[in-house]
Amino acid sequence: MINKKYFFGGYKSILKADSPAIALGACFIAIGALLKNLGFNIQESIFSTMLTYALPGSLVMAESLLIGASLLNIFLAVFFVNARLYPMAVSLFPLMMYKSQPKWKYYLSCHFIAVSAWLIMKNNYENIPKKYRIDSWIGIGSATWTVAVIGTLIGFLLCDYLNKDILIGLAIINPIYFLCMMIEASKTSQIIMSIFLGLFLGPVFYFFSPEWSILLGGVVGGSIAYFIGELNVK
Amino acid sequence: MLNSIFYAILVTSLATFLPRFLGVVSSQRIREDSKLFKWFNCLAYATLAALITRTIIFPVGALTDASYLSRIFVVIFSIIVFLFSKKNYVFPTIFSAILMAIINNYL
Repeated sequence: MINKKYFFGGYKSILKADSPAIALGACFIAIGALLKNLGFNIQESIFSTMLTYALPGSLVMAESLLIGASLLNIFLAVFFVNARLYPMAVSLFPLMMYKSQPKWKYYLSCHFIAVSAWLIMKNNYENIPKKYRIDSWIGIGSATWTVAVIGTLIGFLLCDYLNKDILIGLAIINPIYFLCMMIEASKTSQIIMSIFLGLFLGPVFYFFSPEWSILLGGVVGGSIAYFIGELNVK
Repeated sequence: MLNSIFYAILVTSLATFLPRFLGVVSSQRIREDSKLFKWFNCLAYATLAALITRTIIFPVGALTDASYLSRIFVVIFSIIVFLFSKKNYVFPTIFSAILMAIINNYL
């Protein structure tokens, strides 16, 4: 089944120095409080995090509910924000594919694809034998997923004690953590260029189309970086 | 409202699981040393970067109440803390939250 050594090795990633636990926990505390204010009960809040487990998606759902958007609109808005998960999956899973590993592990564990777990795996996969990478990934994913669920629960329970300033403080933690992880991931010129172009083009495209800005910024920025990188190699 | 929350959660999880699942299905035919993989790698990092700047410059949720300048200020200082703390992740994240809360309370 799952190799325990590598599973727990991955699970312990939330206890290391580059642990996403604080950043992730803080964001989901904010989400828990937000969902309670929106009228979710405790079960709905927890199920929302368990089933979605992607922060920007949950935020967009909350905003859409607030303005009374239709279900189709919620689906499209969330899909546009979370379509980034597709290139993230395609740039991670080939690194973990191993013939003798059962397929269900891959299909189920794709639920764990979210920025924090993805960045940890991308930064560490070379230290793990290819056969066991998927087990380690399931460990990392379960750990970050647990933190998200507990964070939501805490946020829901503490909602009445969190004022506006604290919520703003909690909300800034996530982008800061991601930025730091991206600085750490900047190892090849192609990746550095992708990150810089993405940082720049994301907001630029926002002026043309807010929904498409993340995808367009990513596809255009990433492609330019890829081609410049390939030209330099030749 | 109860029903709409239930369906909203369902629709949100579906819209989130779909790109993840399709990504894994496509991954089976992509070799890690191929050009296609390299391209997707660039796309993933660039998309994440675009998402980060969008969250900071055009946020949704609580951050909309913080001024544009305060957000940029906190980001720059937190990165400096990150670089000076020998790339420790705990210091800049906690520092950013405290600084942000203080700025918004007093300024």
